[in-house]
Amino acid sequence: MTDRPVVSDLQVREVIVNTAFNCGESAHIGGSLSMVELLNVLFGEVLKHRPAEPEWPDRDLFILSKGHAVLGYLAILHLYGYFDADKLATFQTNGSDLIAHPVKKLKLGIESSNGSLGQGLSFGLGLAIGMEMKDEDRRVYVMLGDGECNEGSVWETAALAAERGTHRLCAIVDENHFRNDGANTTYANKIKLAGIWRAFGWNVIEIDGHDRAQIRDAFAAARAHEAGPTVIVASTIKGRGIDFMEANNDWHHNRITSAVYSECRRALGLEPVDG
Amino acid sequence: MVEFSKRNARTWARMGIRATYGQALSGYAAENPNVLALSADLGRSSGLDRFSKEFPKQFINTGIAEQNMVGVAAGLARSGFDVFASTFAPFASMRASEQVRMNMGYMQEPVKLVALGSGFAMGFLGNSHYGLEDLAVMRAIPGLTIISPADCSEIYKTLEACIGYPKPVYIRLTGAVNCPIVYEDDYEFTIGKAIWIKPAADITLVSSGTTVGHCLEAANRLAEEGVTVGVLNMHTIKPLDTDALDLAASTASTLIVVEEHMRTGGLGSAVLAHFADAGNPGCRIVTHGIADRYGETGNYAYLLKIAGLDADGVVDLVKRETANV
Repeated sequence: MTDRPVVSDLQVREVIVNTAFNCGESAHIGGSLSMVELLNVLFGEVLKHRPAEPEWPDRDLFILSKGHAVLGYLAILHLYGYFDADKLATFQTNGSDLIAHPVKKLKLGIESSNGSLGQGLSFGLGLAIGMEMKDEDRRVYVMLGDGECNEGSVWETAALAAERGTHRLCAIVDENHFRNDGANTTYANKIKLAGIWRAFGWNVIEIDGHDRAQIRDAFAAARAHEAGPTVIVASTIKGRGIDFMEANNDWHHNRITSAVYSECRRALGLEPVDG
Repeated sequence: MVEFSKRNARTWARMGIRATYGQALSGYAAENPNVLALSADLGRSSGLDRFSKEFPKQFINTGIAEQNMVGVAAGLARSGFDVFASTFAPFASMRASEQVRMNMGYMQEPVKLVALGSGFAMGFLGNSHYGLEDLAVMRAIPGLTIISPADCSEIYKTLEACIGYPKPVYIRLTGAVNCPIVYEDDYEFTIGKAIWIKPAADITLVSSGTTVGHCLEAANRLAEEGVTVGVLNMHTIKPLDTDALDLAASTASTLIVVEEHMRTGGLGSAVLAHFADAGNPGCRIVTHGIADRYGETGNYAYLLKIAGLDADGVVDLVKRETANV
């Protein structure tokens, strides 16, 4: 494993907020903030990758199937050294390849174009089967949202992955309990998300998605499980880290104004920015 | 090495399009472990039975889950495999159309998506199983190559050309058993380059898929009556071979596009769009395809007959369209 920068969760949240503010447009903030710890532990401690050599053939692969959370993903890619601040500053500006959903660009560390929910897991399964066929010691990690799990195509893939016992595939569900229109009622009462994955034959690990120790253990357990695919169902808080955004779906997709930006910095315990 | 001969052409034609697909792919898989076949539970309907038994490590039945099949195929294609994923045409092109769009269009993953039983080939299975709109949907996706082989020999040629081809391809298989033979010997096949079956003439038929065979038979019959008709096999529908079309137009007074597809969005539309862009073609252009409705069903021969797409229908079409010129 190569040396990697130490990136704090606070840094990731600061970059998310700064980038959203600087672009001056609405951005998917809530679902980016909810997956910060999950993604940061993955890129900092788990994923085999070389930011200076993004197309390193032996790398593990990460797919952001909940593509709208791209802001959190780009913050991570930037902080781990895939691209500099100038590049990140092009986020949601005309002509940029850094937009509101991932656009495949291997040189930037972006393996796949996403945005249409329910598609990343099947692409990831294909990649993982390919690794098995080539006997490569690599893994595929796919991040989904709980809202995304409404898509039937997710379950087509879940069934095939379990049938084949594709253990190189690890899904992470950032279960922040909201979707576009509000609470994700589908899995709130009669059916539970973890239970569905279990019924589909996956190795299911339920954790608090903001607890770094639990996340670390879950990834280790996923790696150790060789009988089939693992899903980490991580309960999270949408908007985590910024008090007035937490579990407040107004921040699913919204614009950070100057006034809001000051509030964000206060909430994160950061120094105010002059002017 | 595949032997292209009269004998093989006859054998393959008897076996039919789908069985030939499975046999051809098995042959290429035997030579090349990089060739994978995916099927959304239609292996038995596409001659892949033998493939799955002889090369189990190169075969995946994804279950009746076409969307997932396309996504998995894309992941495998990214991993460097030559992936041929097959299911019936409407399911490939419409059930999974957004997966095709994201994976094969937007990301350009070089999956070869094989649409079985397109056109009217599914006969009594009815409109739910016909592929009469697939070209319209697939043509709209940027960066997708679309090929429709004219006969069983051309299936071999198509697969051969697609192995190692670095772009995504939609392979549209029309036709059934006892498929009309267009090619009895070896010939040159290049993706994107149409083939003159009968030289450009005052009346030229432009077609793709197994309708080419019906056009050829019609042209032969018309020749006996002293009417010379050119036949152009536009096996690659996208990108369109516009040079061949321009040659056809410069020679013909009447150009007739014949296709086993709705008139909306198919080969006829592509030809018309080309000439709308290119300027006055200097000839009349007629497009003949399926009427804009879900019509009655029956066996394949019957459906082709009532649509005027068998050889009799094409003879009548030529006579009708040239009667008043």
